[in-house]
Amino acid sequence: MTVSNNGTAGDPGRPDTRFKTFFSFLITFVLLFLSWLVLSGKFEPLLLWLGAISSFFVAYYFYDLLFPDLESNYAGISFRFICYVPWLIWEIIKANFHLLYLAFHPRMKDLIDPHIITFKTNLKSDIAITTLANSITLTPGTITVTATSDGVFKVHAIDRPSAEALPGTMLEKVAKVFGEQI
Amino acid sequence: MDILDILVIILLLTGLFFFLGGAVGIIRMPDFYSRLHPAGKLDTLGIFAMVTGFAVYNLHHFSIESLLLSIKMFLIVFFVFLSSPTATHSIVDAGMRAGLRHWTKKKRKG
Repeated sequence: MTVSNNGTAGDPGRPDTRFKTFFSFLITFVLLFLSWLVLSGKFEPLLLWLGAISSFFVAYYFYDLLFPDLESNYAGISFRFICYVPWLIWEIIKANFHLLYLAFHPRMKDLIDPHIITFKTNLKSDIAITTLANSITLTPGTITVTATSDGVFKVHAIDRPSAEALPGTMLEKVAKVFGEQI
Repeated sequence: MDILDILVIILLLTGLFFFLGGAVGIIRMPDFYSRLHPAGKLDTLGIFAMVTGFAVYNLHHFSIESLLLSIKMFLIVFFVFLSSPTATHSIVDAGMRAGLRHWTKKKRKG
């Protein structure tokens, strides 16, 4: 087992580590309790206490599952990610209309031109690569076939215009969100 | 018939239209990979529009309960937005591993 429970391995006494542990515990607890509130929908004191206690125990034992390596700029990344989502939804809507037009077009087979493109990015972290891969798949016209850990993407595109949009702006935005070089 | 009802109807019809486009696209596209494009993605926007319609309709009589119910509906959308690209990607990956070649224009002419 490589998962260390703060007390057994590493430097348990360092205030930095302890702060991170407490912070990830706090975020996990808040997220769990919020989902308890939303899913239960009842605000009787007994149920609130039960939710708080069970969230506390789950967060206490599993705080390192949701946020395994909490960095100091987590808040910045989350904030920029939330700013990135509306742009992504707008792109999805635009591209969906394009795909809808293709689906209903009488001479569809002349319009589409499926092919696979490969491009290399300099993204390093797993979360950035995953975000870019899922964003590409969500944007209609393109599906990520493979994405490797050193940032090579293979993308199946349905026609030329949707392939030309890649990697382009989306890569820039994702790199900016996670503070990486392009 | 107030403005909220009209909004709900427009949203539901938009969602239905996207689902219809997805179904037609699955039938009309030439091969496995290009069929996945309408299958996996027109559905995400379709479900987004329809659930937004349901959530707005549900908020007609505003209370804490209906607000929570609408939040739960958007949780469905959130999970579909996470799982749909992942599922699409794994199906494409399975096709690639099995050695299925994709349809191209040249192949059709020649």
